[in-house]
Amino acid sequence: MDFGYPVLTILIAFPLIAACGLFFLRAPQVVRYYTMAASLIECLLAIPLINFQLNADFQFVEQIDWVHKWGLQYYLGVDGISILMVLLTIAVLPLCVMCSWTYIGKREKEFHFCLLFMTSAVLGVFCALDLVLFYVFWEAMLIPMYLLIAVWGGDERKYASLKFFLYTLAGSTLLLAAIVAFRITGGTFSIPELMEMNFSFRFQFWAFLAMALAFAIKVPMFPFHTWLPAAHVQAPSAGSVILAAVLLKMGTYGFLRFCLPLTPAASEYFAPMMIAISIVSILYGGAIALGQSDIKKLVAYSSVGHMGFVTLGIFLFNQRGVEGALFQMLNHGIVTGALFMMIGCVYERSHSRDISKNMGLGKYLPAFMFFWGLMALASFGFPGTNGFVGEILVFVGAFQHSTIIGMLCVPGALLAAAYMFRVSLKMAWGKPSTAAGWRDLNAREWVYLTIPAVFVFWIGLAPTPFFKVIDPSVDKLLNDFDKRKVAVVESEQPLQTAAADVLNVLAGKK
Amino acid sequence: MNFNLTALVPELFFLTLVLVLMIQSLGDRNWQPPVEKWLPFGAGLAFFVSITGFGLHGTMFWDVYKVDLMSQFFKIVMAFGFYVVVLNASRQPTLAEGKRADYYMLLGFSTLGLMLLASAVELITIYLALELASYSMYAIIPLRAKDKGAAEAGIKYILFGAVATALALYGLSYIMAAQHTTHIAELMDKSWAFAENPMAVVGLSLFLAGMFFKLALFPFHFWCPDVYQGASNETAAFVATMPKLGAIVVLCRLAVLLKPGLEITTILAVLGACSMTFGNLSALAQTDLKRLLGFSSVAHAGYIMVGLVSGTPEGIGAAAFYGLAYLLMNLLVFWIVSRVASDGRNLKLADLNGLYKKAPVLAFSLAAGAFALVGLPPTMGFMGKFFLITSAWDHGYNWLVITLVLNSAIAIYYYLSLFRHAFTEEKVPGKVAAPDNGWFASAGAGMLAAAVLLIGILPAPLFNFAIRAGESLYGIVHAVGGAGH
Repeated sequence: MDFGYPVLTILIAFPLIAACGLFFLRAPQVVRYYTMAASLIECLLAIPLINFQLNADFQFVEQIDWVHKWGLQYYLGVDGISILMVLLTIAVLPLCVMCSWTYIGKREKEFHFCLLFMTSAVLGVFCALDLVLFYVFWEAMLIPMYLLIAVWGGDERKYASLKFFLYTLAGSTLLLAAIVAFRITGGTFSIPELMEMNFSFRFQFWAFLAMALAFAIKVPMFPFHTWLPAAHVQAPSAGSVILAAVLLKMGTYGFLRFCLPLTPAASEYFAPMMIAISIVSILYGGAIALGQSDIKKLVAYSSVGHMGFVTLGIFLFNQRGVEGALFQMLNHGIVTGALFMMIGCVYERSHSRDISKNMGLGKYLPAFMFFWGLMALASFGFPGTNGFVGEILVFVGAFQHSTIIGMLCVPGALLAAAYMFRVSLKMAWGKPSTAAGWRDLNAREWVYLTIPAVFVFWIGLAPTPFFKVIDPSVDKLLNDFDKRKVAVVESEQPLQTAAADVLNVLAGKK
Repeated sequence: MNFNLTALVPELFFLTLVLVLMIQSLGDRNWQPPVEKWLPFGAGLAFFVSITGFGLHGTMFWDVYKVDLMSQFFKIVMAFGFYVVVLNASRQPTLAEGKRADYYMLLGFSTLGLMLLASAVELITIYLALELASYSMYAIIPLRAKDKGAAEAGIKYILFGAVATALALYGLSYIMAAQHTTHIAELMDKSWAFAENPMAVVGLSLFLAGMFFKLALFPFHFWCPDVYQGASNETAAFVATMPKLGAIVVLCRLAVLLKPGLEITTILAVLGACSMTFGNLSALAQTDLKRLLGFSSVAHAGYIMVGLVSGTPEGIGAAAFYGLAYLLMNLLVFWIVSRVASDGRNLKLADLNGLYKKAPVLAFSLAAGAFALVGLPPTMGFMGKFFLITSAWDHGYNWLVITLVLNSAIAIYYYLSLFRHAFTEEKVPGKVAAPDNGWFASAGAGMLAAAVLLIGILPAPLFNFAIRAGESLYGIVHAVGGAGH
């Protein structure tokens, strides 16, 4: 669909151009207002996206030759799966600027540069329809995130940032190998074209493993999750918000965009393993979160559990499961983002993230506690909130798939309720430590907490518009998947084949 | 003897430049204008002359000297490299006042030798050009006033170089004896399988050793970190970049002989893999910045092998493109090293601490350079590596590609530490000279960084040039404009 001007390119390029403008500014306050204005303009620039047609096609497509000889293209487009992620990313940006308004006390210019740069890169990831372009954006986002943690983070920021960088980059080198393999085998880097092709099972087997590792690290799935708590705890609020709201989604988006359509047979083959890992993630994340005394760490581990629901939904391969996964991606972005912003609020007041130092807020900070309670309810899927919609869909999908899998995730939901209740009760009614002198939410905090709250209720009470956007794409994804997953399983013993493949690759034979 | 003067314009221009430098170095020490005042313009002009000569082609001097797309690609790159090196060295603090003209003359001679190397298509000519390029290097490496390490570095370079060239000459004699020709074009039609012609294969391996020395490929890399460390920062910038281009162009030409699956190709692939692995692992332990860059260049030499063993025009194009990327990335990093060490000292990693505050443009450029060396998008290093991987996959050396990918993951750590020290470490080490933060330093770094990023984002024009150069070696001819015949 052609609108005469490149909507997606403008959305991707604008934050980057605005970021360059920061170099000409000096006063920290001016920098903040400038970035705020830029992020609001970015939201306005996204308005043309309401022309999105409710079908499964890639829309707002832009396609230009990049390196002709190698078939690289500058190829952008969004469908029902990616458009929500694009909108989420754009919506999170002004909230991040607002929640770091007084939080960031040094090098404001660079900080906001990183925020804007990051937004560009993440938008690129969700819009790219060329594998190499995708990879370029995927990697480009590492540098600003590294800086956000390493410069503005907590006491152990260096360790956390290095761990984050090494983990994710090591994972994505394998993704690059998979991308090259797709080009050699399929003859193109174009994702829509590759989606039409049937690859041999052996090829899919390896491609899936290489891609899934990169995505699993990003999600993060157990046991590749260890970078996440460190990164979350050390990152400044805005960093945690972006990390939770959009960065983790890149991993699950990768599963939906690449693993299912490009390697359907291998996805089917590995699904039991992925489901098992997801369930472990759900239970493990919940159990560890229950034992935390640091609020931020608690929410970070809860992310491992929540994202476990997302990957579980994806690998159920049924309508409800995938819809639920998409909803959970969106919900987790909204709710966990808001939770991290609120942790920033209390941290600014108490200079501690310890639960014991942030108690008794119900009396002194009622407005804050209202939002916290709301987000906590949404986080564990209380009916009427957005969390409920996503979680129930995944549950329905899981029970459709098999009763045992359904039963196995139930404790996950209970754990989520348990840790959220525990922390909320302590924060609301625990014995006040120093909270007596604190002021309740100021106007700025009201603004950036109200916006997620609106979405919590909107998605929770009237999710239909969101279904309309995602359903056609999910239908198409699953239809294609069902048609093509039957593709030839060449060998009865894929593990033996795998060993043979390793030897062949090392020997240079095809 | 066929001879076409117009096809030699870049070389002749360089020769003139070097002769003028020679006259100045022979004359009165106080000659006006000082060499640093005029040479940058001369070198800049030489770069433009090389660009204008891109379409030239022709064979001359009894077919030992060939002007084609491959040679012109490298001549442009070398002329650019020389230009940047001259600018970089223009404020060299560790060079004795009376030796400035001599210094540039030797740099110029070496560059001229490398340019001849780009066009040489016959083994003896290659050998002669290589020697011309090397002798000047032997002289300038110890030129670092009041530094004991400099002499040591010079001696190491000479001794290693002498052994390597001796091996090359020895290998050359074997090739001549076994194949009865030294022209690459004729050698292309001969068999290079060990079973059929063992002597020739041994000879070629030995001959390649001379190139490996220049490229600092394992196991001929031992000089590299020591020489970088001992030579002045500005000299190291030259040694780290330009001779490697010479080696790459010769290897590109010789790679035409190497079909995948041949023993000698496998040797190259194994050396490449060892080079990447040893280079990266050794670099992990370094704290001296130039030693770190030295070991990193050993690793990069290994990366280039990936393109060369693929046996396709694309692979050779990718290697040539990576040669250009390597030059730009290293010149950028060395530019910053030279500016940060404004008193000419050797930098430790800790000397970069807080660079973002003292010299933001240098710090940003260093980030671009370091990430390009890692191979992170959207830099030229990424595109270069990507082309190498894509060209080599499925041509018999998949394990080599996998080694490259794994090695990139290892390399992240030490390149990231450059970035980490510049941007996130605040503690500045004791009293040291402040970085040169003037407009000249910033502009140079900024422009090189912009080039690294811009070519990374839009690699197509240069890459197409490199590919066509690669195709020209295989006899795939495209119509190009320009003089000559």
